[in-house]
Amino acid sequence: MVGVAETEKASGSMSLGYDDVLRWIRAFAAEVEANKEYLTQLDAAVGDGDHGINMQRGMAAVLVKVDTPTEGQDIGALLKTVGMTLVSTVGGAGGPLYGTLFLQMGTAVSGKEELGPDDWAAALEAAITGVQARGKAEPGDKTMIDALIPGRDALKAALAEGATFPDALRKSADAAEQGMQDTVPLVARKGRASYLGERSAGHQDPGATSSHLLLEAASETWGGHEQAG
Amino acid sequence: MKKLINKPDDVVTEALQGLAAAHADLVRVQFDPNVIVRVDAPVQGKVGLVSGGGSGHEPMHGGFVGPGMLDAACPGEVFTSPTPDQMLDATKAVNGGAGVLHIVKNYTGDVMNFEMAAELAGGESIEVEAVVIDDDVAVQDSLYTAGRRGVGATVLAEKICGAAAEEGRNLADVAELCRKVNANARSMGMALTSCIVPAAGKPTFELGDDEMEIGIGIHGEPGRERMKLAPAAEIVEKLTVPIVEDLPFEQGDNVLAFVNGMGGTPLIELYVVYNDPNRFLGERGITIARNLVGSYITSLEMAGCSITLLKLDDELTRLWDAPVKTAGLRWAA
Repeated sequence: MVGVAETEKASGSMSLGYDDVLRWIRAFAAEVEANKEYLTQLDAAVGDGDHGINMQRGMAAVLVKVDTPTEGQDIGALLKTVGMTLVSTVGGAGGPLYGTLFLQMGTAVSGKEELGPDDWAAALEAAITGVQARGKAEPGDKTMIDALIPGRDALKAALAEGATFPDALRKSADAAEQGMQDTVPLVARKGRASYLGERSAGHQDPGATSSHLLLEAASETWGGHEQAG
Repeated sequence: MKKLINKPDDVVTEALQGLAAAHADLVRVQFDPNVIVRVDAPVQGKVGLVSGGGSGHEPMHGGFVGPGMLDAACPGEVFTSPTPDQMLDATKAVNGGAGVLHIVKNYTGDVMNFEMAAELAGGESIEVEAVVIDDDVAVQDSLYTAGRRGVGATVLAEKICGAAAEEGRNLADVAELCRKVNANARSMGMALTSCIVPAAGKPTFELGDDEMEIGIGIHGEPGRERMKLAPAAEIVEKLTVPIVEDLPFEQGDNVLAFVNGMGGTPLIELYVVYNDPNRFLGERGITIARNLVGSYITSLEMAGCSITLLKLDDELTRLWDAPVKTAGLRWAA
């Protein structure tokens, strides 16, 4: 058990700036690029085989967009730009879902120049609420949120126990990975995979897989980030 | 892959350019975001009709833009839903002050993108109603799935609602009519061969030389069962029985029978197919009062067909008969 003083020192004092958030977005884009074929293969087994192609197209457009920084843009505005770009370039189900994820994150941290661990937890919370409202999925339906919800819960639990932000991010990414793997035996109840019924069992959900990449990128980008904001 | 294309990435854009060139009297095409709009849009005081979906189903939806049918269509990438910015542009372009109806096929991506577009249009004070078409009996309807897919009834709904909008009926009326068409129509399809998405370059699914897939979706999604090829009469029965039993269609009903080609089946075979529902329904006391035979909602070069039955009343019959002038469907009064 970590002492209170250390908790405050570890998680309370650390914060992420605009450039840190941008580095995470770039890292996610790189993960999507590296896993484009893998995501597409997963989708071909249960859906229409375009998840990797669509997400790669969207994140490539995001990179172009964020390379031309707008004067005085805060983190909330940056995340909303990412969301709107994904909405207008990805199509399919991934566009509205990932677009909503980033738009809701942006709304949750609107106007902020820095994010502390609690802000990140709030952003993730808002993202999940938005994705669930858009996709109307429940845990266990074999979707993105089967990775995102364990990731959020692990983050909050770790922070509540006084873990450092990097440790909490690591636990969050690991829980998302476990949640992703746990989609394998599930029967899909949403999206095109649901048409397969029982035949969707035995395949890992492509949306949960890309959502794990999102939290993995956060851990890898910010995990070694120790300086105070 | 043998296709009449230049580059796989350019197929959608070049097809839209071709459509614009061929039918400049009917439509104008806007690029980035891609929207096909009736040439005289917006028609003041008329409810605007917008539909859209992945490309690869031509003539649906772009070929149905024109007087008596759609005001605008949003084409996505091949078999990929269009995006909300396209739908918002289309909605703005056709809003003549009487509101806009979105006709949406029930696929997760299409539904969510149209929902976002409706929210954005609401933000710009345009009244939007959306009706989701889900007529495919091959898919079990359940609270625990994405529900039935939207297929052949979409064409009929676009035609009938287009006629109603042309008559000056209000948004709530046209939306209600669209729900009525959906509620009274059922479809099922089958495939003899797969299709090849240009960007993928290889068949979407594998089907043996002597096999067919019953209950296929319009993107090559699997259906109810894969079985040995059978004569047309047996295939038609496998499609028609579930349709008739599902609604159900009953003795004394008048129906519109729509025999649709999936893209790679010649018209001669579609007429062979049409013989059988005609006989089959006649035996059950169901009268085919109207028909449509041809390839109107396709799945690239897939060979196969779908059958849609729509239960008609006087209102639906009259609106079906009303004049229409589009690239894909046209007749005079």
